[in-house]
Amino acid sequence: MNRFAGEMSEHRQELVALDTAIGDGDHGTNMNRGMTKALEKLDAAPQADPGTVLKTVAMALVSSVGGAAGPLYGTLFLQMGNALAGQPEVDLPAWTAAWRKGLEGVQARGKAVPQDKTMVDALIPAVEALEAASDLDGGLRAAAQAAEEGMKSTTPLVARKGRASYLGERSAGHQDPGATSTYYLFKSAAEALAG
Amino acid sequence: MKKLINSPDAVLQDALHGVEAAYGDRVRVIYEPAVIVRIDAPVQGKVGLISGGGSGHEPMHGGFVGPGMLDAACPGEVFTSPTPDQMLEATKAVDGGAGVIHIVKNYTGDVMNFDMAADMGKGEDIEVETVLTNDDVAVEDSLYTAGRRGVGVTVLVEKICGGAADDGRNLQQVAELGRRVNANGRSMGMALTPCITPASGNPSFELAEDEVEIGIGIHGEPGRFREKIGPASQIAERLMTPILEDLPFSSGDRVLAFVNGMGGTPLIELFVMYNEVAKIAQEHGLTIERNLIGNYITSLEMQGCSITLVKLDDEMVRYWDAPVNTPALRWGV
Repeated sequence: MNRFAGEMSEHRQELVALDTAIGDGDHGTNMNRGMTKALEKLDAAPQADPGTVLKTVAMALVSSVGGAAGPLYGTLFLQMGNALAGQPEVDLPAWTAAWRKGLEGVQARGKAVPQDKTMVDALIPAVEALEAASDLDGGLRAAAQAAEEGMKSTTPLVARKGRASYLGERSAGHQDPGATSTYYLFKSAAEALAG
Repeated sequence: MKKLINSPDAVLQDALHGVEAAYGDRVRVIYEPAVIVRIDAPVQGKVGLISGGGSGHEPMHGGFVGPGMLDAACPGEVFTSPTPDQMLEATKAVDGGAGVIHIVKNYTGDVMNFDMAADMGKGEDIEVETVLTNDDVAVEDSLYTAGRRGVGVTVLVEKICGGAADDGRNLQQVAELGRRVNANGRSMGMALTPCITPASGNPSFELAEDEVEIGIGIHGEPGRFREKIGPASQIAERLMTPILEDLPFSSGDRVLAFVNGMGGTPLIELFVMYNEVAKIAQEHGLTIERNLIGNYITSLEMQGCSITLVKLDDEMVRYWDAPVNTPALRWGV
C-alpha cells in the first residue's frame, strides 16, 4: 500500500495528462489524495491482518476520491478485504481468490466488459496471470506484466464507458488512465513482495 | 494559470468558508464530509431534496439550497463527483419523515457514488427515490457510451421538484414530476474557449482562435464537432436543431427556454443568443411560456452557452412559478 501510494504520488502528473486527453484531468490528483488519506488511516490504526488493511484502504478511497475511481477502487479493495477477512497469512490461492472477487466487484459496480477502455482491461489479464501461476512471487510479477500489456492495449480502443466514451472515435490513440493506475497497483504489489 | 485561489488543493474548502460567511444565516455548511444544508432542515413532513456533483458548476448545486428548491447539496472536488458519505450525511440531515429524493446527473462517477450511498443508507430506514437527469442531445449514441449527460435540465428539475415538495406532494409524486421534466427536456451546449481546472492547471482541450466546439459537456469534454465560428444566429441553429428534432418538439408546444452561460460569457451575449432562440422557437410554432437566462450551470471560466428546452404542462408551470428563496434563484418571496 505504501508503494502504491508512492506510485500515485510520483505519477500524479502522468495520470492527470492521460486523463486530460480523454477525460476530465483529475485521475492522478484524486488517486493521490485518496492514497494519502488511506496511509493516514493505516498509520493511525496499524493492522497486521491483510483483510483489515484492504478494507481500511477501501473506506478511505470511497470517502475521499470521488469520481468513478473512488467507488471502483473502493469496491476492488473492499471485496478483496472481505475475501481475506480473518486470515493472518495469505498464500497464492487466497490472493488469487481475493483478486477474482475484487474484479467481480469492479465489474458489478462499473458494468464494464473487456475492450471498453477501462481499468478492467488491465485487471482481467493480471488476475488471469495470477490464476495461472504456481508461486506468489512469480505470479505477482506475471500479473504486473499482464497488467502493463493490458494497459497498453487500451490505446487504440474506442471508449464505451465513463467520461471518455463521450469522445467516441476521438478517444482512440490515448492510453486509458484507469488501466494505467491499475498497472501501477500490480507493479507495487510485485515490488512489495520482492522487498 | 491565473486564478483567484490560495492553492489548488484548498479551492473547495476556501469556497465553502466563503459560502458560510455569505449565507450562514440561511445555510449550514458541514466540512467533513462537505455538505451545504438549509438551516431549518429537516422540514418535518416535507419530501427532502438533495443533489450533488463536482464543484466548478456554481451556482449549481450549493446556490440552489433554500426554501422552494434543494434541502441540501453535496459539493465534490472540482469536476469530481462527491462521495457516498457526503450523500448519506445530506440524506440524514434533510429527512423530515417523508423520504428523500436524490437528483443525480448522469455521469459515471455521480451515478456510482449515489448508488453506493443508497447501499450504505439501507440501514438508515430512510426512503430514497432517485431522479436521474440525462438531457444532453450532444451524446448521439447512448448504446456505446455512458449514456446522455445530465446538464441544463437539472436546474429546472431541482426548481420544479422543490415547488412540488413545498406544496406537500409525496415522495412518489415529486419523483414522478422530476422524471417527467427530465423526459420532456433536451439540451445542447457549445464552447468558445476551454476551461482550466485548478488541479491540472492546463486547458481541458485546445481550440483555435476562430473555432467553436459544438456539443460540449460541462467538464470540457469535447462535443460533436468543431467548426469556424459563425454569427450567433448560426450557433443558435446548430444547438436548437438537434434539440427540436430529438424530443421532438412540435408546433403548438408550450416550452420553457433556458439559455445558460458556461461561466465566462457576458450576459449581453446570452441575450443575443436568447433572441435567436426565441426567433427559432417562433418559426417552429412553439410558445415560450417561461424562460431563464443567466449563468446557472457553469464550467469554471469556459466561454460559451447551453440551451435547454422543456415541453411544459400545467403542473410544471405551477411549480416553476412557486416561490423560491435561494442564493442563486429567488422569486415570489
